Amino acid sequence: MFPTPVQKASPWVRHAYTIILPVALIVWLLPLIGVAITSIRPSGDLAAGNYFGIPSRFAGIENYTAVFRDSPIGWYILNSFKVTIPTVIGAVGLACLSGFALAVYKFRANLILFFLFVAGNFIPFQILMVPVRDMTLKAGLYDSISGLVLFHIAFQTGFCTLFMRNFIKSLPFALIESARVEGVSEWRIFRYIVLPLMRPAIAALSVLVFTFIWNDYFWATVLVQGQHAMPVTAGLYSLNGQWIAAWHLVSAGSIVAAMPPVLMFFLMQKHFIAGLTLGATKG
Amino acid sequence: MSSTVPATTSYWKRNQQRLAPWLFLAPGMIMFSIYVIIPIFESIWISFYDWDGLGAKTWIGVANYVELLDDEAFYTSLKNNILWLVLYLLAVPAGLAVALFLNQTVTGIRLYKSLFFFPFVISQVVVGLIFTWFYAPDFGLLSALIKTVTGESIAILADERYVTLGIIAAGLWPQIAYCMILYLTGLNNINPEQVEAARMDGAKGWSLLWNIVLPQLGPATFIAIVVTVIGALRSFDLVSIMTDGGPYGSSRVLSFYMYEQALSEYGYRMGYGAAIAVVLFMIMMVFITMFIVRMLMQERNA
Repeated sequence: MFPTPVQKASPWVRHAYTIILPVALIVWLLPLIGVAITSIRPSGDLAAGNYFGIPSRFAGIENYTAVFRDSPIGWYILNSFKVTIPTVIGAVGLACLSGFALAVYKFRANLILFFLFVAGNFIPFQILMVPVRDMTLKAGLYDSISGLVLFHIAFQTGFCTLFMRNFIKSLPFALIESARVEGVSEWRIFRYIVLPLMRPAIAALSVLVFTFIWNDYFWATVLVQGQHAMPVTAGLYSLNGQWIAAWHLVSAGSIVAAMPPVLMFFLMQKHFIAGLTLGATKG
Repeated sequence: MSSTVPATTSYWKRNQQRLAPWLFLAPGMIMFSIYVIIPIFESIWISFYDWDGLGAKTWIGVANYVELLDDEAFYTSLKNNILWLVLYLLAVPAGLAVALFLNQTVTGIRLYKSLFFFPFVISQVVVGLIFTWFYAPDFGLLSALIKTVTGESIAILADERYVTLGIIAAGLWPQIAYCMILYLTGLNNINPEQVEAARMDGAKGWSLLWNIVLPQLGPATFIAIVVTVIGALRSFDLVSIMTDGGPYGSSRVLSFYMYEQALSEYGYRMGYGAAIAVVLFMIMMVFITMFIVRMLMQERNA
């Protein structure tokens, strides 16, 4: 193991480590802790200049109630779910199919198509912005949830295909081979042999795509204008403009907007990290 | 799972293996072509036009690109993008350092690792707002610290000298967390025997890290560099949230400037915006090609 485990080090180093560890964490999360504390501060504290001290009283309930009552943030969050969930299903579903095709079959265009998906996944969004916005407008999907969902599904298919293809490649190919010898149709091989084995990959990808899409801000500003389809990232930014200097509300709103992906991460941590680090160990 | 092969072989049966991949690929490929591949070429096409997004397009050849050459704001954006790229790469060694620090087996370390990773899970909009507050003059935590140390108050986001650095620092926060998690996984998978053997031979500290551990972390380093370079060139959210390109456009990056030209209150210059996007795309292509060549070599070896 590297570095040397602290258990093998001198007692002095061991003690130092147990002290430095929590201190480092606090410093690392300082901006976040600050915001969390601000979100439970009464507005009077900010007016009185008590920015960093202990809040004079716990105003968390009134701040968070105010955010939900006086702003459409609840609606924005609902929109975010309406965009995120269909995208996860669509992109992961399409990628299961195309990943299977690229992993299992040998044909001439295979690698070219694979790298097309990989490259597409790395390009800057701005090169797509004008045509995609124009197309969405012409299709009558501008400023709608479905316009956003369709784009996200298509774009995420690149990353998801790369992921699925590599995952299926790591499965034992003999399984497919022997099914073919028995005359099992290609669709049934996919459906009954490969798909059940893809469960961990599907879980990992779903959590990742959920976070990516939930946190998307650029496309939310390009393809949506009005409140009725706006996801929480863009919504929070517009609320920030209204809540000038009402930092206790901005903080509470930020925490609310960050919550779903954070919960997702803590509940599905194993899958999340497995997805994110695929390829960090081999290949 | 058994099925019988019919005596008469239909066209489908005979060609199933050749046709199946295309059927499996079709839905994904169609979506990806419509929304990603074709728009790239459309953007390049639009960059040769003068177009407000609504009316007729006027062909103006390379005039948009010629205009870029004389555009002060374009150079500011380009310069900031280079700054982003260079400084953002600090996330790679910093992530490694944090990973090495956390690669221990004391009680509660799992929770520590998750909490260190935390910033990456949060949306960049929230990160931007958090840091705007953190930097705010008078009542921001960092400004207060700077004031106690130097006695001077600095409005980081309103000062042309510091604004881009301030935004990059905010971006580094989640990016370091990302690199850290890549390295933690990498460290988990290094060959302990090699490390022990090297220790027996008297290697330790830096030389052990440099000669034995880092080579084994190659794949993690590669991915960390890829995602960091892409992240730096894609930086848009933080600039938009924290400064909206200001003060006086000094914190613009290409992605933001493109958006501003094509879709903001300053007017709808789709053609000019597309030209900026093409330049950004070309820069990105240099890196994408490098990544693909490396991946291709690995595929060949596999």
